[in-house]
Formats: sequence, C-alpha cells, structure tokens
Amino acid sequence: MGFWSFLIIFCFISFYVYWYSSTKALKFNANIKNGSKLPSLPSYYGTYSFFWLILPIFLILVTWFFFKPFFLDILLIKKIPSDFLTTFEGNPDMLVDTIKATNPEKFFPGTNPVIIESAKYFQNLKIISDSYVYIGTLLLGLIFSTFSLRKISVAFRARQAVEKTNVNLLILCSTIAIITTIGIIFSLIFEALRFFEKVPIFDFLLGITWSPQTAIREDQVASEGLFGAIPIFTGTLLITLIAMAVAIPIGLLSAIYLSEYAKPKIRATIKPILEILAGVPTVVYGFFAAITVGPFLKEIALFFGFSIASESALAAGGVMGIMIIPFISSLSDDVMSAVPQSMRDGSYAVGATKSETIKQVVLPAALPGVVAAILLAVSRAIGETMIVVMAAGISANLTMNPFESVTTVTVQIVTLLVGDQEFDSAKTLAAFALGITLFFLTLFLNLIALKIVRKYREKYE
Amino acid sequence: MNNTEIIKKSLMKRHLAESRFKTYGILGIISATVFLIVILSTIFIEGKSAFKSTYIKLDVFFDPSIIDPDGTRNIDEIRFANYRKVIKNSLKNYFPEVTGKEEMKSLTELISSSEEENLMQAVLKNNDLIGANKKVWLKASSKIDIIHKNPEMKDLSESNRLISDKELEWFDKLTRNGDVKFSLNKIFFLKADSTEPEQAGILGSILGSFFTLVITLILSFPIAVAAGVFLEELAPKNRLTDIIEININNLAAVPSIIFGLLGLAIFLNVMHLPRSAPIVGGMVLALMTLPTIIIATRVSLKAVPPSIREAAVGLGATKFQSVIHHVLPLAIPGIATGTIIGMSRALGESAPLLLIGMVAFIVDIPGSFTDSATVLPVQIYLWKSTAARGFVELTAAGVIVLLTFLILMNALAIFVRNKFEKKW
Repeated sequence: MGFWSFLIIFCFISFYVYWYSSTKALKFNANIKNGSKLPSLPSYYGTYSFFWLILPIFLILVTWFFFKPFFLDILLIKKIPSDFLTTFEGNPDMLVDTIKATNPEKFFPGTNPVIIESAKYFQNLKIISDSYVYIGTLLLGLIFSTFSLRKISVAFRARQAVEKTNVNLLILCSTIAIITTIGIIFSLIFEALRFFEKVPIFDFLLGITWSPQTAIREDQVASEGLFGAIPIFTGTLLITLIAMAVAIPIGLLSAIYLSEYAKPKIRATIKPILEILAGVPTVVYGFFAAITVGPFLKEIALFFGFSIASESALAAGGVMGIMIIPFISSLSDDVMSAVPQSMRDGSYAVGATKSETIKQVVLPAALPGVVAAILLAVSRAIGETMIVVMAAGISANLTMNPFESVTTVTVQIVTLLVGDQEFDSAKTLAAFALGITLFFLTLFLNLIALKIVRKYREKYE
Repeated sequence: MNNTEIIKKSLMKRHLAESRFKTYGILGIISATVFLIVILSTIFIEGKSAFKSTYIKLDVFFDPSIIDPDGTRNIDEIRFANYRKVIKNSLKNYFPEVTGKEEMKSLTELISSSEEENLMQAVLKNNDLIGANKKVWLKASSKIDIIHKNPEMKDLSESNRLISDKELEWFDKLTRNGDVKFSLNKIFFLKADSTEPEQAGILGSILGSFFTLVITLILSFPIAVAAGVFLEELAPKNRLTDIIEININNLAAVPSIIFGLLGLAIFLNVMHLPRSAPIVGGMVLALMTLPTIIIATRVSLKAVPPSIREAAVGLGATKFQSVIHHVLPLAIPGIATGTIIGMSRALGESAPLLLIGMVAFIVDIPGSFTDSATVLPVQIYLWKSTAARGFVELTAAGVIVLLTFLILMNALAIFVRNKFEKKW
C-alpha cells in the first residue's frame, strides 16, 4: 500500500468513524424517553472516537518515519553476505549508501551482482515494510476507536475528554521549542566531547595555530592537524568589529532622526525601507561583497599604492555592517520613541535645543535599550554565515589587519562539514566544538540583551 | 561684552550644532538607502544579461548517413546518432577555409553541446527532417555569448579575451552575415544545474525550494499556531510556560547555522534520513521558522479584544470553545501574514542547508520530497563558487529570481494584512 492510497483510506475511515460515533450518540439520546440525556453534544462523541483512531496512527507513523531508515539499514546489512562485507573497500556505511544509490533496473555495467541483488532486496523491503506499517496502524486505530464506541453512556463526559486531549496536544506542540533547544545542546555537546577526547580543550581554546588537515584515510601520511581556535576567534572578532563600525553610527543616527526629527509620514516610509536591508537574503549580500565590494576595495588600494587581499576582512565586515543596520536602527528607534515626552519637555523648558535634549536626555534614558540593540546586532554578526563564507577567506591568519584575509567560526564550520567526510575524524568533530562555542556565545549575548530590554520596558510602562 | 552678547554668540554656535546634528541623522538614513539601491542595482545590471543568450543561425543538413544509416527510422538509432558531427558538418560548410583537426575542434565549440540533444529531439518529433536541409538557430557556447554581450572585450589581447583570434574571426563573419542574434534564454528557466554556464538553469533549484518550503509549512504552521494559542490563551502562569517562553525567544535568536548542525547530528547521523533531500531541509527550516510564527500568532491573538472572549463565555462556551470558535478565526489574517513572512525568510536561508548536504551538484530536476535537490539561495552560492566566467551573470540572475519570489511573497503578506486584518 503506497502513501497516497493509505491517506485516502484513512480519510474515508475517519469520516466513517466520526459519523458512526456521533450517530450512535444521537440514537442513544433518542432512546432515552425520560431521565437525563448524554452530557455532551453528539459531535463530541464523534470527535472522541476520531481521536482514538488518529492518535495511535499518528504516533506510530511518526515513530516509523524516524526509525525506518535506521531499521532498514540494519536489515540490509544483515542480508549482505558477510564475506562480501569484509572484502568491500571502505566501511559498511559506504556500502549501504552504494546499495541505496543503485537502481536495480538501470545499473552501470560492471556493478557487482551482490550489490544489485541487495539493491533489489532493499527496494522491495522499503515498499513491503511501508505497506505492513500502513495496514497495521489502520487496523490498530480501528480497534481502538471501536472500543471507544463502548464508552458512549450518560456517565461519560465526552466534551471534557476531548478538550483535555486538545489542550494536551497544544502543550505538546509548545514543548517542541524546548525539545529543539535540548536537541541542539545535546547534539553539540555530545559531538564536541568526542572532539575533546582527541584534542584537549585547552589546546582548542588557547592554541594559536589552526590547520585542520588530518589524514583522510588511516594509511595516509599526513600531519595530525592543529586545532588552536584563537585565530578563528580573532578573525570573528575583527569582522564583527568592522561590521559594527559600519552599522552602529549609521543605525544609531538613522534611529535618532527617525524617532526625534522625522514627521510621522516620513518615518512610516523610511522605516520599512531600512527594514528591507534585513529582509534581503544573506547570500545576496555575500554575492555583492565577493563580486563588487572586494574587487572595488582592491582597486582603491592599488590606486593609493598598496595591495589588499581580495577576500579581505574589510569587504566581508563592511557588507555585513550594511545588513546589520536595521537591527540597530529599528530597536533603538523603538526605545527612543518610548522615552516619555515629559522628559523632553522638561529639557526644552530650561532652554536646551533639540540636539542638546537628544544628547543629554533622550539618549541617556534610552541607553540600556540601545546597548541591548547593539548586543543583539553583535550576536547576529557573529552567527552570520553566508556573507563570510562567500566573501571572507578560509585560511586562519592571526591578525587584526582589516586588509588581510581572516576566517570566522561560521566559515570554518561550513568548510569542515561540506563535502563527504567520515564522522569520527577530529576534523569534522571540530566543527561541533566551534558550533557549541558559537551557540553559547550568542545565547549569552541574547540573554543579556533580552534581560536589559525587559527591565527597561518595565521602567517606563 | 555684556551677557546678552555672550548668549547671542553661543546661541549661534548652538544652533549650528543643532543643524549639524540633524544633518548627521539625514546622512545616516541616506547612506543606508544608498547602500540598498547600490546593492540592488548592481545585481540587476549584472544579472539582466543572463536572461538572453546568443544564438547562431546555421544551415543544418540532417545527413541520413549519420542519423539513420540503415534507413529504418529505428528510434534507438536516431537517439544515439552523432549529432555533434551533424553540427560540425554544417559549420564546415559555413567556414570552408577551416582545416586541421585542432581548428575544427575549436570551431565546433562555437555551438553549445546542449544543441545535440535539441537536434535529436527535433528529428524524433519529425522524421521527415532526415535528409533535409534546414536553417536552425543554435545556441552559442558560453564564451561566444560573453563576447557577444561585452563587445568591448574584442579589443583585449588574445590571452585576456577568453577566445582566440581565430574564433573571433569566425564570430565576426557570423555577425557580418547577420547570423547571430539574442534570444530569450529558455534553458535558464527550464533546466537544472550544469557544468556549462550556457546549459545551466534555475528550475531545479526553484522546485527544490518549493518542496522544501512545503515541508516547512506543513510542519511549522500547525505546531506554531497550536503553541501560540496555548501560550497566549490557555497557559497557566507556571514554571513550564515560563521555560517555554524563554526557549522560544532564544530559539528566535540562535544563529541559523546551529540548526544545520542539529540537522546533521540528529536527522542525518542518528536517524539516517536521506542526505540532500528537501524533506530534511524542510524539517530544519521548520524548526527555524517556528519561533517567527509562534510570535506572530501570539501578537495577533493579543490584538483580538477581550469582549469577544467574554461574549462567547457569557453565552456558555467553554474557554477552549471561545478560543477555537471565535478568537482564533479573527486572528487568522495576522497569523497568515506572519507565516508568509516566516516562509519568505526560510526561502532566503541557506546556511543550515549547506550542512545537510543540499549543496550537491544536481543535474536532475527533483520530482519528490526525497530526491536530492538544492534550493535557490544555495544554487546562487554554488554558481558564485564556480570559476567559469559565464557563471557570474547566472549568479546575479539567480539572485534576481530569488528576490522576485521574495518580493511576491512579501507583497502577498502586505495584501493579506491590508485586505483581511481587522482593526479593533
């Protein structure tokens, strides 16, 4: 049974179950000549039975979806003759991938017959196991919903049961956020710990050389690879600083103009235009930085008689700064508009000009909010990936010179993980160590920023 | 000097400072706007040329001895015939002066190799072509296309020009005879990626994006709306809901690449889900989009006035009924707007997809959720990373396509908001 036929049958059955159960409740009510009728509307009895149909089916299907590939791989490996498994070059995972990629109808001439056999077996297995699961779940759901029919009685409050289930489902959906966070933390920690087994944590945090070239195959002669992350951290810091040097002045001045000088109509047009900057996909900025800004800066430098790297930190950081502008201007604008008018009026009353009022009253009052905006922007800049992947370099130079090429945490994560890799080499695991550093750093910045914003809001509202 | 004069003097200074300060603000806004305009206009200037491409008119003789030597009109025979030779022969007729194997080879390279398949399709469709002579517009190769689009490159020295003096001579002869023209680059809209710039298209990645976004929407929309309804309307104020709320706010600010690491470690390595598949990409993007939709749901639920809830409860509805039957339907336009904006963000996102293998070079147009695919922004990244000169304009053209989709989605969001959202 394929997925679509399963879906059609499932729809039919669920309509039937709902209809049957609510009709049964109606008839039940009709049979009661005197005395109290059912405590809930018939449709709630229908919904109740429907829940007993759909929930088990849904649960099993979700479990099956996640475990199927895993389960099928085990069955497949069992099926492959063990002597072939040992003679195959490469690890069993690669063999499994090869078999999966082989089409038993259209294979390359010269493919090993064992692989073709296994591919056939695997294709069959996929279809058969799916149909078994579909039929099994449908039957199970039917059994459950049939039993639920027996609960229709005066003593059973169907509405309460249905609403309780609904609320529980809503809670379940809300906890996905927690599950995601836990998933992120655990997957990062787990892989990072494996990395720190191979490379001591202090070598990682304090080492000043980053060259993750380890041997790809065991018999290959290559250097061990050095995982000192300091050059990466300084590179990230440098690019973030450049981005902030662009974004803070422009963003802050724009915010001051928008909240203090601009007429409401102008503000309503300019603000969305600035926010377009945040809506442009980062890959577009990356393209712009690499194709236009990089060569442009290089030409300017040549004009002044010195040379800079075409993947300089300046190009990537500058373009990232443009992207960050709205993050600063939007939030700062909001906090400055939230400063009570009475404070400005007081300042005007003692004779201050508008700019003096802004500099000496509005900005100090809005300072916590502005700081929070800057922190959020910094966290955004640190975690930004595409611009630096496309416009910054990959070689880890320990330098603070903006004209040289540096690398960042995100660039290294991408470089280490893109392409086919074995998943137990220090090289790939290093990406997770960098990932967890990035995660906690941005988390820390965000938490502080959110806390400041919340505290500040309470002060004036 | 009396006090009035001192004040007058300082007042002038202060007023100057005032207007200076205001000018700084205006300069800030102007520079931000200028950046935006520069970015968009460079991309449009760079990319618009990719929508047209160069075609060359040739007199093609569909030689029966090459296409169908037995005269049986056997389909397999026609399909696997050497169409390169057919093109070569017609070029030979056009340029009778060309001799020598090397020169002949570079002459044949004037025409894109995709035209072999086109000729084959034409013959398959119409068997009468065999043995006939026909004037056909054939797509030029990428380097000819670049020279045609940038005539100033002809003046460069041979080594800086992509094409040799000989090739330029042939191209000039074609131009003089009026056998070169620009035409809409259909391949760009109908094909997937390719190693040859003139044969690469965007359709594969558009469909990849489509499949990915469908999964994202199916997963994130119901879950996010459910979570938003619970947190805004039904949640008791307790420890659990506090934790959930902090979590959602933090997830909204986690760098997108972290979600890619999550997808790689859990979806691919633990669960063995297929690499490069839209289904995994969709799942990762769904986790990223959840906070956006949850926050939008909560904001629009908050905007529904309490009188609606009170009226429903007053008439005997339970709290749950009042929310589902009355409050939620009124909040739908706001939720829809937030969802569209979340989806447009997911469409432009590429970093997490790089990590779960959606950067593979994929020539086939994906047909399902489990086929290997790439998405629009990743395709742009891939083309940008390719060295061949012809890919630059393709990259920019890809950006134009991506931005067009984003503008459409945002316009839809604005339309939904203005048309359906109720102001209380």
